[in-house]
Amino acid sequence: MSSGWLTQFAQAVLVLALAPLLSGVTRKIRARLLRRRGASVIQPYRDLVKLIRKEAVVAENASWLFRAAPYLVFAATWVAATLVPTFATDLTLSAAADIIVIVALLGTARFLLALAGLDVGTSFGGIGSSREMLFASLAEPAMLMAVFTLSLFAGSTQLSSISAYMQGPSAGLSISLALALVALVIVAIGENARIPVDNPATHLELTMVHEAMILEYSGRHLAVIEAAASLKLLLYLSLIACVFAPWGTAVAGAGAVAYAVGFGAYALKLAFGAFLLVLFETSIAKMRVFRVPEFLGIALMLGLLGTILLFVSRVTQ
Amino acid sequence: MSPATPWFLSQLATICVGLLFLLAPLGIVLARRSFGSQVIYGACTLVCSVLAAVALIALLGPGSRLGAVQLAVGLPLGRTLLGFDSLSAAFAVIINVACAIVSGYAIGYGKHAREPERVVPFYPAFIGAMNLILLAQDAFSFLVGWEFMSLASWALVVSEHRSEANRRAALIYIIMATGGALTLLLAFGLLAGPGGGYGFAEIRQGAASGIGSIVLFLALIGAGSKAGLVPLHAWLPLAHPAAPSHVSALMSGVMTKVAVYGFVRIVFDLSGPPLWWWSIPVLLVAGVTALLGVLYALMEHDLKRLLAYHTVENIGIIFIGLGLALAFEASGLGTAAALALTAAVFHVFNHALFKSLLFLGSGAVLSATGQRDMEQLGGLIRRMPVTAFAFLAGCIAISALPPFNGFVSEWLTFQAILLSPQLPHWIPRLLVPAIGATLACSAALAAACFVKAFGITFLGRPRSKAAMEACETDRWSRSAMLMLAALCLLAGILPGFVIDSLTPVTQMLVGAHLAPQSAQPWFRIVPTDTARSAYNGLLVFIMVMAAAAATAFVVRRFASHALRRSPAWDCGFPDPSPATQYTAGSFAQPIRRVFGGVVFRAREEVSMPKPGDTAAAKLHVELHDTVWETLYLPVIRLVNVAADRLNQMQFLTIRKYLTLVFIALVLLLVIVGTWR
Repeated sequence: MSSGWLTQFAQAVLVLALAPLLSGVTRKIRARLLRRRGASVIQPYRDLVKLIRKEAVVAENASWLFRAAPYLVFAATWVAATLVPTFATDLTLSAAADIIVIVALLGTARFLLALAGLDVGTSFGGIGSSREMLFASLAEPAMLMAVFTLSLFAGSTQLSSISAYMQGPSAGLSISLALALVALVIVAIGENARIPVDNPATHLELTMVHEAMILEYSGRHLAVIEAAASLKLLLYLSLIACVFAPWGTAVAGAGAVAYAVGFGAYALKLAFGAFLLVLFETSIAKMRVFRVPEFLGIALMLGLLGTILLFVSRVTQ
Repeated sequence: MSPATPWFLSQLATICVGLLFLLAPLGIVLARRSFGSQVIYGACTLVCSVLAAVALIALLGPGSRLGAVQLAVGLPLGRTLLGFDSLSAAFAVIINVACAIVSGYAIGYGKHAREPERVVPFYPAFIGAMNLILLAQDAFSFLVGWEFMSLASWALVVSEHRSEANRRAALIYIIMATGGALTLLLAFGLLAGPGGGYGFAEIRQGAASGIGSIVLFLALIGAGSKAGLVPLHAWLPLAHPAAPSHVSALMSGVMTKVAVYGFVRIVFDLSGPPLWWWSIPVLLVAGVTALLGVLYALMEHDLKRLLAYHTVENIGIIFIGLGLALAFEASGLGTAAALALTAAVFHVFNHALFKSLLFLGSGAVLSATGQRDMEQLGGLIRRMPVTAFAFLAGCIAISALPPFNGFVSEWLTFQAILLSPQLPHWIPRLLVPAIGATLACSAALAAACFVKAFGITFLGRPRSKAAMEACETDRWSRSAMLMLAALCLLAGILPGFVIDSLTPVTQMLVGAHLAPQSAQPWFRIVPTDTARSAYNGLLVFIMVMAAAAATAFVVRRFASHALRRSPAWDCGFPDPSPATQYTAGSFAQPIRRVFGGVVFRAREEVSMPKPGDTAAAKLHVELHDTVWETLYLPVIRLVNVAADRLNQMQFLTIRKYLTLVFIALVLLLVIVGTWR
């Protein structure tokens, strides 16, 4: 049990430390693909330090919710990211919160951030909140459907069990799994405000969703929100990696070498995932806002199809 | 027939219900006095607390059934039996906890009433009638209680009778209530059979399975119309908001639960073992109800009507759980049925808490600003901080977000859905994943709906003078709302206690129960198997709070403390007019555009002036209530046409009347003759 706690604690620190680096790496790859030199991969850390040192400017009529929301959003995202197995599956807290809880924790974070967007009473905050909740109303069920497919395969909704199952010999190729993967990837793109759904690097008011919501934030509050956003990207990449590419992940009771291997494998998977994500981003144009529900609707339908196929093909589990 | 203590409990509960009915005439006398309404509401709080305690002892105490009290009134050959069994005790706990807190709120809120004599007498009668339904152990007293409940709540709906809309709401309500009661009467008549044994014990023994299928549909119509199942929900969003807010809380949070109880009592307890296909109509109706309810709520900009429509959605979620339980029970999957039923009753409990809380919050907003229209509100979090805090808790809870209670019941429902590949029949197996997607979709839309409800009402800048000058509500109301918010959080982080209390209910109805959760370490809940799924609300709550505190501490330690208040940034072009912020309408517009095209046949037209013309551009939005237009309007037209035709009968000559009487007599004789 103590090793589980140790892994859990190490992971909580690890995701926090790695998340800005992942953002830095994606930005670097993107810049290289666009034939730019790009900022250093540690630029996000510098940005965070810079923001933290700055004075926070808060609108005159902002309420306590506006100032409390960043911390709660960050906390919920951090806890969710801590629950996704990264380099080892023996997480103690996995028994306390399954994958549905992870989805719901991200929902709580989104709920609070959308409220914070409405707090000051500007048109940009409102447009961001409204669109974010619209996208979520399709992305969240799509994600849950993909999750159901995985859970039905593994006979469990706990992410460590699912990951261990996928690593084991009984997992094989299946159409349902492929559908779930596609659905999850679409959801991950939508939820992390990546192109073609949203562009994190823009301040053009007609295209921005996530950026519009947090437009009024500055200083330390903005730093916390940025950190939460990069944690969320890390979470989705880890989730897809731990379920669909579980190779190398250390299982419970493995030796120190296995943990080292698990860590190395995790770093490689993240880098590869970031590369694929950026490759996709740079080769596609941004969508109009009202095309996005169709894009996310595809994910929902694929997820549902995957689940129904499983329901029909299994007599018992 | 049973030990002395339980019998005493039944007697005590009966006396409490009697007291509530006695408070009604007392209310007529006291209502106009200065402290009259407070005395009545205070007495209601006390009696409901006693009833909740009695029901809790009856639920958790030894022995599943209590001896019933026999009263000397009733049908000529029947007996009136009043008492608790596990099912009614569980519902009585839920209902009386909510009633007690809402009555406590009313002690303060009732002072604002303009005409208290129209509300105060009916209020205790309404609560008494709901308790009578739960206490009833025979069909006669059940139906008497049901009709009392309808009539008392109808009287409360018309209490503000000067508004045309309220009178219309009351008319539609009383028509639907009459129809619902009639179908329940038929259902009980069929269940009792030719022998006419109206006691629940007798019905249970003689339940014939052939009748059960008809009874299922009758119960779905009768109880479903009271609960608000689509398409029988039409009265609900009109009638619930029309009543004073504490009564709206009771109607939405509590009365719909009594309707769910009626359905569960008839279908799970009285109509014998279910057939495999019973779950199909229930699940279909429930799925449609959940999705349509939340979409209607999203389109609504009147705070109380939004909440009422959202009740429709939650009833859908509850019936999804009930439908799953039926499917599992019919296939002999006891534990799965117990899980689904636990999820449904847990959601009943949760909804009673947070919907009451939200209606009380809307009442506080209404009394502070005189506004129900969200487009006239805004910025209330600064003027009414306590109400805003409690309302926010309710919003998070109802959006099924951890760590509050709404998430737990939704999580349990999802776990039940994940067990359904075990079902032997094809149709439910194909249906259940679609229902799961519907449930997930409606949960996500509910979150959007409550971002809108809270964000537009309490956040942003005030949109009217009334909102700008609002004052926090009184102390009684504040503590009642905070109490409900605390219960929402407690049930969310310690769900094991609720699940364990429901053990006797599932044991009684589906013959199985979940493993005791108190055996789990650290207040974890494990519905079936540790390896399969587990949830620890307490730990999640502590982790999120600890993470937030740690982050705040680190930021405080290392970050700059400087904080400057300045005008909003808004990309450099802030406009001082509050009309430039997002409104409820603009918030819902993208969702209307994506989902409304099919459901509401929504059309948007922008009429732009010609270039050079200085006239304003206009946006015209057309929304249709599809259910009302396709189902209700034709019926109304038919009734009107028939009434017009029959109207001519009023102006006949005496000769024609005699001819009619003669024809009727001959027809009757022919019928009697041929039947013999």
